[in-house]
Formats: sequence, structure tokens, C-alpha cells
Amino acid sequence: MDTQEKDDLAANAKSMSIIVTKGSLDWAYPPFILGTTAAAMGVDVTMFFTFYGLPLLLKEINPQVTALGNAAMKMPMMGMHIGMPNIMGMIPGADAAATVMMKNLIKKKGVASIEELRDAAVESDIKLVACQMTMDLFEYKLEDMIPGITIGGAATYMENALKADINLFI
Amino acid sequence: MADMVLDAKGLNCPLPILKAKKALKDLPPGGTLEVLTTDPGSVVDFAAFCRTTGNEIVEQSQDGNVYRYVIKHTA
Repeated sequence: MDTQEKDDLAANAKSMSIIVTKGSLDWAYPPFILGTTAAAMGVDVTMFFTFYGLPLLLKEINPQVTALGNAAMKMPMMGMHIGMPNIMGMIPGADAAATVMMKNLIKKKGVASIEELRDAAVESDIKLVACQMTMDLFEYKLEDMIPGITIGGAATYMENALKADINLFI
Repeated sequence: MADMVLDAKGLNCPLPILKAKKALKDLPPGGTLEVLTTDPGSVVDFAAFCRTTGNEIVEQSQDGNVYRYVIKHTA
């Protein structure tokens, strides 16, 4: 991004913050889709990664999907939509199978991978902030994370959120 | 004839918008970008993108399931 473009962004002055609290494959999409699209529309975006969302900043990510807790989860199969009842999450290998199915669908339908969207987020200068407390709690090190992220806590988030036009918690 | 063509056929939301934004950055102000998509949602999304960013859709058409937009880089 050149200086002129940075000035344009500043002039537009719209900003958004997103708290990313979940790291499963399905939950990782909304924050990255909205964040990258907002950035493409000239919005200054900050994403805070906390709790189970934090591992999305690891260099190597492999988000999985689970039927557990996704009561309304249905997958297109053989021309119908098959429900994935919670109990399926208890069967060994069911989540892995659901993840493979989901990833196949994602590829087939031309949907971006989470890695692709995360690359787009980095490229479009979205500020990625890792929650210090979660890093400590779940024993992650800064060197395990992608470069260019910053570390922050609740006060860092609040300072940003108070100035932002849109604040989302996902 | 547009100055640049972006083939975003087969790509789903938000990739056509992200790729269009990236392409627009490489165009001088006043330059035109032709975008081809197959995503039916791109019709309302490209309109919203242009209204918000100040870029201008100067041409729009549909051929079968392919949508075509010509965007003038004004912002």
C-alpha cells in the first residue's frame, strides 16, 4: 500500500473491529470474509483473536468442523440435505469426515480457503491482534504465530472499539 | 475495451470483490476494469462495493450465467 492510498484510507475514516472467539472451520469464515471485504471497501479493520479464535493466527492452521453444538447443521448429500445431529460428534472420525466433506464443498463451490482469506487480510493491512491472556493461558508463543501480528489485551481492544464505527463479536 | 480484465468466474463471495479491489489498485485513476463472474450475488455486491468506494460501474451485462461489469477506477 503506498502513502497516497494510506491517506485515502485515513480520509474515509470508517473503521471496524471484530473479536474472533472461535476457531472451527465454519466459525472462522464470517470474521475473515467481513474483515477482508471491509478492508477492500476502504474500511480500517482490526481483528482481535481471543480464546479459541487465537489459533487462527498460528503459522500452520487446520480448522475442523464439528457437529457438536451445531444443532442446525445440515450437509448437501445425494441431492438432499442430511442433518448432522449432535450425537454424530461423539462417533470417532465423524468430525474428520464432516471436515473433509466441508472442505470438498468449499473447493467445489469456489469458496476461498481460510488460509487464502487470512493472506488477503495480511495483504490488505488488517491489524491482527493476539490476546496476550489467551497466549499465556493456552501456552502459545509469538514465534508460533504468523509475522506482523501485535499483542494486546482488553484495554487495547477497548481503545480501538471506542473509536470504531462497527464492532462485531463473532 | 477495458484497460484490464479480471476473470473471477467460478469464484464465490467475497473473492470476486477482493480480486477486483486488488486489480483496481494497479489501475491509474480513470482506468477501466472488466470483471467476469458467475456468482449471482455479485450483482448486488458489486453495486454496493462501488457505491461505498466511489468507483463507478460504467457497463453491466449478463450472458447466460456469466455476469460482466466494467468498473471505472475513480477512487
